[in-house]
Amino acid sequence: MNPEPTRTEGGAAGLPVSVRDLHKTFRDQEVLRGIQIDIRAGELFVIMGPSGSGKSVFLRQLIGLEQPSSGQVLVDGQPVSDEARERFRIAMVFQSGGLLNSLTVAENVGLFLSEHRLRKPDEISRIVEEKLQLVQLPAGTADKYPPELSGGMRKRVAIARALTMDPQLILFDEPTAELDPLVAVAIGREILRLNRQTHATTVVVTHDRDLAFGIAHRIAFLAEGRIQAIGTPTEIRATPLPLLQQFLAADFTP
Amino acid sequence: MFRELGQMLMLLGNTLAGAPQVFRRRRAVAEQLYEIGNASLFMACLLSFFIGGVLALQGGAVLVHRGLGAQVGGLVGLSMCKELAPVMMAILIAGRIGSAMAAELGSMHVYQEVDALRTLNIQPIPYLVLPRIFAIAIALPALVIFSILVGWLGGAFVASFNHDIAVPATTFFAGLREMVRTRDILHGLLKSVVFAVAIGTVCCHHGLQTRGGPRGVGRSVTKGVTNSIVLILLLDYILTRILLPFDA
Repeated sequence: MNPEPTRTEGGAAGLPVSVRDLHKTFRDQEVLRGIQIDIRAGELFVIMGPSGSGKSVFLRQLIGLEQPSSGQVLVDGQPVSDEARERFRIAMVFQSGGLLNSLTVAENVGLFLSEHRLRKPDEISRIVEEKLQLVQLPAGTADKYPPELSGGMRKRVAIARALTMDPQLILFDEPTAELDPLVAVAIGREILRLNRQTHATTVVVTHDRDLAFGIAHRIAFLAEGRIQAIGTPTEIRATPLPLLQQFLAADFTP
Repeated sequence: MFRELGQMLMLLGNTLAGAPQVFRRRRAVAEQLYEIGNASLFMACLLSFFIGGVLALQGGAVLVHRGLGAQVGGLVGLSMCKELAPVMMAILIAGRIGSAMAAELGSMHVYQEVDALRTLNIQPIPYLVLPRIFAIAIALPALVIFSILVGWLGGAFVASFNHDIAVPATTFFAGLREMVRTRDILHGLLKSVVFAVAIGTVCCHHGLQTRGGPRGVGRSVTKGVTNSIVLILLLDYILTRILLPFDA
């Protein structure tokens, strides 16, 4: 099992997240049916579930990109909103990376700082270089454009960009999707290392069982729009829920 | 339909509210201007030459037959600057640039780039829409000036070389100078600014509303271009009605 989260002393500690009876309906289809979760500050929390279970929709409610049909998402006790996002520094790494293809890698990574004029251009260059090194991208990547990079490299750039916000809450949407196992493991290790290093509350949404059990402090199993089980990786493995056991046991054996 | 119209007006309102930021976005505006000029100038000139030529060809022979050959320049001059140059250039820009805007913003939306901007606390409208609308509002009137001049040349060329018309270029331009006033040109330029804002708003709106992957991008492009053209023709009538009393 992974070690429990710790708080930094006097630093930018992670933020607790509470989700209260969250419902989301698209036309007549109810995708989320009363989600109730409490995520502790600094925790690496994984939401695992099969495709189409509403994981990504949940993440979009969590960061306030979409409004829930009913219920509430509270970050550090405050309802999530554009203002809350600015105040608390909440970052998200999208499944596709979400990099702007018209900008170079360096411009993408420095975008938050340059747009909000938080640093001088030479400082931004230094921070960008530092963040690219942190996510172990090879030298010479900074001047490339996103379409010139592999899927794994794009994800690392997206992580580097999120880190420039010095986030207190960081969300990952399917970070290992479309990656080969070696790169997937490297990205998983990266998330774990960053959580330990920054102590930011980290929420990962994935259908990748190896990733979930490899990095999580706690896992929530989401299926059919509901949290079916929640606990540490050991507790989740031991949960005698047919839907969960079926998900965990699925393999190619006829 | 009214809901979409409302959303477009809101988009335009939010863009105008962000207008003070345009100086900060000057690099993006310059890039867009280059795109528009590079993609459209040659086509605009070619189109305008033939429009001027066709006007002379259609009206010239009739006027000459009635002893009004000196008025051919006036006919081409007025038609080009008040009506054909602004409308035809607007339709050309809707097809070439509006479609590109809708496609670019649509794919940015589909590939979560717009969402990523929001999570970085960057408002997509001042960042993406403002430079595009501002650039098109500068570029379209500039293209209209080119179009008017080249259209006049096309008219003069056909009027002087066509045997049925045979109005010398000097007579053509003398008639044009007599008929066309500065305010006629300003009339066309004012129309073109309104058309530009309409094209930018409609195409950016459809781009940002894209749903459902590459097929959705295609749908947004089609909607953006067709709605822009419909709006151009509708606004043309309304603006002509409003501006007519000032021409008297």
